Parts: sequence; structure tokens; C-alpha cells
Amino acid sequence: MDRLPFKKNRDILHLTGFGLGLLLFPLLARHVSILSHYMDVMVFVGIYSIMTIGLCLLMGYAGQISLGHAAFFGLGAYISGVVTTKYGINPWLCLLMGMIVSSVIAVIIGTPSLKLRGHYLAMATLAFCIIITIVFNENVELTGGPDGLAFIQGLSLMGYPLDSIAKYYYLVWSFVLVTLLLSLNVIRSRVGRAMRSIHGSELAASAMGVNISKYKIYVFVVSAGMASVAGSLYAHYLNFLSPASFDLFVSIKLLIMIILGGMHSIWGAVVGAVLITFLNYEWLHYFEEAEGMIYGLIILVIIIFLPGGLVSVPGKVRKILTR
Amino acid sequence: MAPFLTPGVGDTESSFASARPRFLLHPQKIMEEISFTSQLLQYAVTGITIGSIYAMVAIGFNVIYNVTEAINFAQGEFVMLGGLIMVFLQVALHIPLVFSFPLTILVVTVVGILLHLLAIKPIREPSVLSMIIATIGAAFFIKGAAMFIWGKNPFDLPPFSGRNPIAFYGAMVQPQSLWVVGFLVAVVVVLTLFFDRTILGKALRACAVNPDASSLVGINVNYMILLSFALSAAIGAIGGIVITPISLMEYDRGAMLAVKGFAACVLGGMGSFYGAIVGGLIIGLIESLGAGLISSGYKDAFALLVLLFVLFLKPSGLLGSMEISKIKKF
Repeated sequence: MDRLPFKKNRDILHLTGFGLGLLLFPLLARHVSILSHYMDVMVFVGIYSIMTIGLCLLMGYAGQISLGHAAFFGLGAYISGVVTTKYGINPWLCLLMGMIVSSVIAVIIGTPSLKLRGHYLAMATLAFCIIITIVFNENVELTGGPDGLAFIQGLSLMGYPLDSIAKYYYLVWSFVLVTLLLSLNVIRSRVGRAMRSIHGSELAASAMGVNISKYKIYVFVVSAGMASVAGSLYAHYLNFLSPASFDLFVSIKLLIMIILGGMHSIWGAVVGAVLITFLNYEWLHYFEEAEGMIYGLIILVIIIFLPGGLVSVPGKVRKILTR
Repeated sequence: MAPFLTPGVGDTESSFASARPRFLLHPQKIMEEISFTSQLLQYAVTGITIGSIYAMVAIGFNVIYNVTEAINFAQGEFVMLGGLIMVFLQVALHIPLVFSFPLTILVVTVVGILLHLLAIKPIREPSVLSMIIATIGAAFFIKGAAMFIWGKNPFDLPPFSGRNPIAFYGAMVQPQSLWVVGFLVAVVVVLTLFFDRTILGKALRACAVNPDASSLVGINVNYMILLSFALSAAIGAIGGIVITPISLMEYDRGAMLAVKGFAACVLGGMGSFYGAIVGGLIIGLIESLGAGLISSGYKDAFALLVLLFVLFLKPSGLLGSMEISKIKKF
């Protein structure tokens, strides 16, 4: 307990530093031509970060895998896309609507599979992800089917349209900061301690009076809601959706982001999102055919040689240096 | 599917029926009923065929699950590899069936052993979570490698005994379907004998019940885990080889097969050997009937909905005990 305030201070320090860096990046990018190209990618990094932060809570703190987050991402995106284009409802309302729908579905899937011991959630969410992809592909008159859904309007904030990449960048990253703040608060709270105790030993946690399945469902629902928000932001940024952006492959990429960054740290989730998004959008074109193999290898290498992910590297180096 | 059994044909007949002489009405009614029952029969035949494959995948899941308590997400990739390696050996290299069949099983078994040696065993902090992540990574790697080697197109394999369908009460049965069901029976018989009659099989079962106690009586648990991976890879390979002549095979079939096999597993009861068979056949039937009678576009969704329903209503499955899903020390 006595270490808690210190940790809280450190979190605030990290967050302010991180926020300042984010503020400065566009200013830097405006003057350095190589960086200016990366503004666009950074928006996607932000969108993926919102999802990985939520997933990190689920994996690192509740010890469960979800392979369905691409589906929640897609649900948010398609609800935003379809409802704004077909019915002309305010995009911000659609964002909320997506969040509610995703949370309800998360409760429906999570309740039965998280009450059981074991990793039923992984398979149930995998199944859900495949079903959602089928639904997106089959409902042609609503979603546009495999050809996609185009002409989704952009977002505006209090009558002020977010029509440039830089403006959208600030919007998305403020969402990321809010998500980070919320998650760090959750981790340092009673709920967070309960979640860590579950990950340590379910038996011991339940003996201490922690309602295991309640907390697991809670985290799963929160992370699904976050993924849905990310989806809505994605839809209004890209103005175009196709089912391929929300299939199983995307779920696996999210998983890789978490593992690469380090699944026991919220910051690792952001690090992983940065690296894999850049890998995906910028560098992997050279290996088009071998893409799947490379992603598979990343998972295996990290899980075997660096189970703590990249965020554990500084600590390890420090250990070696001070020995 | 037989083209003369398409739905809707019967409907147009009956709408014309009122304009026709009365004595023709009766025989036509019978024709209609026969065509509907034979249609159902046709769907059932398809369902049992594909269900046998799901059963094999489910058995593979159980063999690894019982020993390690982890779900092997690469289970479907074994089936895919079985099909594609068989195509390579038999169609590209012209090795006769009798030799290419065991050779394919051997190659996939080696892949299963490598999966354990390279991906599962080296994990420094082994937990069920990290083992599952490792199998997801391995599944992705195998799928990527298959795409790299074979490309994205589906491949065909000549059936074991021709393509002349056998008429069976109005339904058409592909001879290959009989092979599929036959091999499921063979796998079940051989595995039952293995688990009940051999020391190795009994050791494997002991590991499934209690690994610590097994190692105390001198069973090498690590070797048993290796054996379980080899065994389930071999079962997967058989499934892949026998189904490819019917449904073709391509690199990205694995995930779907794994999910449906898992659905079969859960439906039958996780860890239950006979549950896997019953679950597989039921999932196959539901899928085939659902695709034929409700919507073919949502064909893949039926099995997955069943999975979610079972988790909801009876998570222990049809033949499993509640103990298995509750007490296993995840």
C-alpha cells in the first residue's frame, strides 16, 4: 500500500512526458520532411493503441486471450459507418451506440466462457470474429459486402470539422491519453489488485474473496468497448470500410502488438502498437508473401526468449549492468 | 450436391398440380415427398462426411488437452498440411497412394514433433497462457509457410476409388465419403486399442489424470507431451488426406477447421474421447442441414453458434463431466 502514491506519481510523470512528446511530434513533423509522411501512420498507431491498451488489461492483468477484438473494432466501425451514411445520425452518437452494442455482445460472449476455468474465451472470441466477418460480407445491402462501404463522413467537434491529418491526430491521441489514464487508474485501484491476484493464482484469489468471473467479465467488456471506440474513429478517419480490415488476421496482429510490447505493462501495449503498425504500413511491403510467417515468428521468438516483451529490456539491461 | 434435388422444383410442380387431371395429383405428391426426404438424406450424408473430419480434429484437440491442459490452436493446420503434402507427393511427385499416404502422415507427425520441440518446450516461463500463444504463433507460421510454398489456390486430389457416386435411397454418396467415415472408425478403433491395451497408451492416460503422480511412478511426462503432439498431428494429417478429394484444400483452411473441431470438442465435452466423435458428427450435420435448408452464406456460422450456445447452456458438453471444465488446474 505504501508504494502506491509513488507509483501514482510515476504514472503522472510518464503520462505528462508522453503527452508532451505527442504534442511536439506534429510540430517536428512539419519541419522535417521525412517525418511528415509518418503523421498519417501515427493516426493509425493511435487507433490501434486504444485497442491494445484494452487488450493488455485483459491479457496481462486478467490472464485471458481474446481473438475477437478485431470483431469489436469492426462492429464499432460498421455501426458508425452504416448508421451515419444510411440514417444521417450524429457520428458521436454512433460512437456511443457502437460502444454500447459491443459491450452488450461482450457480456453475452464473456459471461458463459469466463465463468469456466480455462481458455474458452479464446475460442469463443475466435468464433465470434469469424461470424462477424461473415456477417459483414453477407449483408451486402447494409455493409456493401466485400466491396466495402464508402463515403463515410468525417468527424467534427462542436461545429469545427476535423478535416486535416494533424487535427485528427490530436483527436485520436487525446482518446489514447484518456484510455491510458483510465486504465492506469483501474490497475492501481482495488479492481486492478483483484485482477493481478487472479493472474497470479485463481485459487488464492477466490480464497481471498475475489469474485473471479465478475472481474474477468468486467475487463473483457471494458476492452471490447475500447475496441469499438477505436473502430468508430477508424471509420470516420478512413471514410471507407471493408470486411478485410476486421478479420482474424487483425486480431492476431493486435495479439502480436501486446506480446511484443510486453503484456504486463500498459506502456508495452503502446510500444507494440507503434512498432507493429509501422511494420504493417511501412516496412512489410518488401516481404509480401512471407508476411504471415514473419508475424508467426515474432510471436514465437518473443514468447520463448523475451516473455516480458520489449518493455522488460531496460530492466534486464540494468540488472546486468549493476551486477 | 445433386442438381435435380434443388429446392423450389417441388413448389412449382404443386402450383401447377391443380390445373392437371386429378389422377396425376397423387403420384406427384409422393414424388415430392421422396425428393424432400432424399434431399435431407443427401444433406445428412454430406454432414456425416465433414463431421467425421471435425471429429478427427476434436480427437486431436483432446489428446493434447488431456496431457498439457492447453488448447492447440495449430490443430487445424495439421489437417491443412496433411491435404497439401499429400497433393504434393501424389499429384506432383506421382508417388502411388499406398506409399504417399503413410509418408504424408509421417511428415505431418514430424511437424507436430517440431512444433513441440521448437515452440512449446523452449518456453522459459511455461503457463497455459504462454503455451496457447505459442500455438497461435506456430499456427500462423505454418499457415504463412504453406502460402509461401503452395500459393493461395486450392488443390484437388484424386479420390481413393473413383468419382462414380453410389445411389443410396435417392441420395448420392461419393465413394470418398465412405473412405472418410471408414478412416474415422479406423482411427477410433486404433486409438481405443492404443489407450486400453498398450503400456504407452496407459502411460499417456495416466499423464492426463495426474502428471505429478505419473512422473513419480517413472513415466517421462515430457516424452508423453511429445507423444501427444505427434499423435494429434498424425490424426490431423489423416483427416486432411481423406477430405481433400471432396472439399479441396488450400493454405488458410486451418483456422476454420480448428474452430469447428473445437466446437465439436466442447459440444461432446472437453477431454472426452467419445464426446469428440459425437460432437463432430452433430456439428457436421447441423452445418450441412443449416447450409441446405436455411442459408448457405452463413454455413460457417452455424457451428460457431452451436459453440456459443453450448458454452452458455451446458459447458460440460454432452458426454463430459462438470469436473473436467471446473477442476482442471488452469
